[in-house]
Amino acid sequence: MASGTIGRGLHRVRSALPSVPPQRRRAYLFAYGFLAPIVALFAFLRIFPIVYTVILGFFNWSLVNPDHTFVGLDNFINLLSDPNFQTAFLNTTIIALGTTILSIGLAFFVAAVVAYGGGKIGGLIEILFFLPVVTPLVPATLGWRSILDYQHGVLNAIFGLFGIPNQAWTTDPTLAIVSVIMISVWAQVGYNMIILLVGMRSIPRLYYEAAAVDGASTWRQFRHITFPLMVPILLFVTVITTIQAYNVFTQVFVLASDVQGAPGYLVPVLVYDIFQNGFRYFNFGYAAAEAVYLFLVVIVLMLIQFRLFNRPTD
Amino acid sequence: MIHRRRFSIIRLVIQVALVALGLVMVFPLFWLISTSLRPAPELLESPPQLLPQHWTLDNYANAFAAAPFGTWLLNSLIFATISTLFILLTSLVGGYILAKFKFPGNNFLFILILATAIVPFEIYMLPVFLEVQVLSLINTLPGLILPYVILSYGIFFMRQNVIASVPDELLDAARIDGLSETGIMIRLVSRLLAPAISALAIFAYLQSWTAFIWPLLVLNDQNLFPVQLGLAQFNSSVSVNYAVLSAGAVVAMAPTVIAFLILRRRIIEGVTLTGFR
Repeated sequence: MASGTIGRGLHRVRSALPSVPPQRRRAYLFAYGFLAPIVALFAFLRIFPIVYTVILGFFNWSLVNPDHTFVGLDNFINLLSDPNFQTAFLNTTIIALGTTILSIGLAFFVAAVVAYGGGKIGGLIEILFFLPVVTPLVPATLGWRSILDYQHGVLNAIFGLFGIPNQAWTTDPTLAIVSVIMISVWAQVGYNMIILLVGMRSIPRLYYEAAAVDGASTWRQFRHITFPLMVPILLFVTVITTIQAYNVFTQVFVLASDVQGAPGYLVPVLVYDIFQNGFRYFNFGYAAAEAVYLFLVVIVLMLIQFRLFNRPTD
Repeated sequence: MIHRRRFSIIRLVIQVALVALGLVMVFPLFWLISTSLRPAPELLESPPQLLPQHWTLDNYANAFAAAPFGTWLLNSLIFATISTLFILLTSLVGGYILAKFKFPGNNFLFILILATAIVPFEIYMLPVFLEVQVLSLINTLPGLILPYVILSYGIFFMRQNVIASVPDELLDAARIDGLSETGIMIRLVSRLLAPAISALAIFAYLQSWTAFIWPLLVLNDQNLFPVQLGLAQFNSSVSVNYAVLSAGAVVAMAPTVIAFLILRRRIIEGVTLTGFR
């Protein structure tokens, strides 16, 4: 009876809205029907895990012990005095800064040459620089490790030509960080170059022609036309590269694993430490708190970008 | 005149330097290939030679004999193909509906999707692992693929493309012609978005082909490994020398590198179109 009343009520509402044609209604049925499973997947695979990472951080949550106790901020506080976390955070920051600065500096230079003085080699440069971007990091790092090998590596052989003694690229703690940065820059620079190149090519030639008529030198054109117009794209590339670089893992993992009993130095980085705490020591709460710190870095970077982006340009 | 000549000399010098730098960029790949083609004793030569003195394919045979590279490649192929198909489907449908249908919460959902697109997987991988564990999918191919069936950025990207290149009038005309909503999406929208779809497909394929940390967490049966994880494990096995290892590395990187050399225009355009990595 009740449902009949509702049905009649609905019918009255529908007939009161003659502007919604049946095909439109069908369209919305389609929209909701198809969107629902996608939203469900999205909630299950993205929203819930992100929220749950933060929640996990407040628990003493072991993968092998069913008792999960709420510990408040303990994990977050303990991390701050945990030497592993401190080292990992410092190393990761150094790697992220080094990778970002070097890869964008180099990418900007290469893109500028290709865009303004490339002539016929532009296409070749694009291919050579972009190949590392599509190369998976595991084989790439293996290639690098053999180049960096202490005794038989190409890099030390080249250094030897200049009388520089062999360097322990993969086993010395400091040099291992340099090696990780080198590999990360190598893998990233082509992507940055392509994005910057698109930006440079979209600057109208007219600006340069007008400047040239006014007698502006190439350098001044670059300084006053190219650079200011490229700032938003540079910012985008900087934020993307920094976030990527903060998640460095594969290079470190492969560089440290051994071949024939010659392990490299393990550069402690954040994601490796999360991996270690979560999957070696099964301490998911602690690992999640660590992931939250990494998340904070990402949020800060995003906020910086939004701030600077919304600033009116002069 | 003199000025111009001096300028072009500088330009030539810079171009030569740039090509030299480009060769440095591909050197690690060249070195892997070159190492994979030489007999093991040549590895110990000092100084190292650029090319093998005796060319051999034995390292490849040894790599395939010592480890299931064929199975690993097949796993990667399955992983990347299914993931790409799902991402294309969810992105196209989700993006189209978000772009063309007004409903309460549309904007909120859009912002939520955009915000999660920037959060790296490494940050929320622990709960994903717990979910996959609850579903009893640890150490299975479905468990490997599950987090890769959806791409926040893909939905965002498709939404923007629908707004840019699918006019409302066309959709209304199709409806008047009696085309069903599903028909409109399959026949009309997907055709108008062909370039965006291929760009997203390339991105999705590369993403799963190069994935490393998730396979490492979720799999321990080596018969299920995708090739990157298999190669990493092969790397730490005792009996492997650099020549055989390099052969394995070449096998693991060849599919994407070859695909890039064939489709390079399209891939570079795709990257600039999606602007995402």
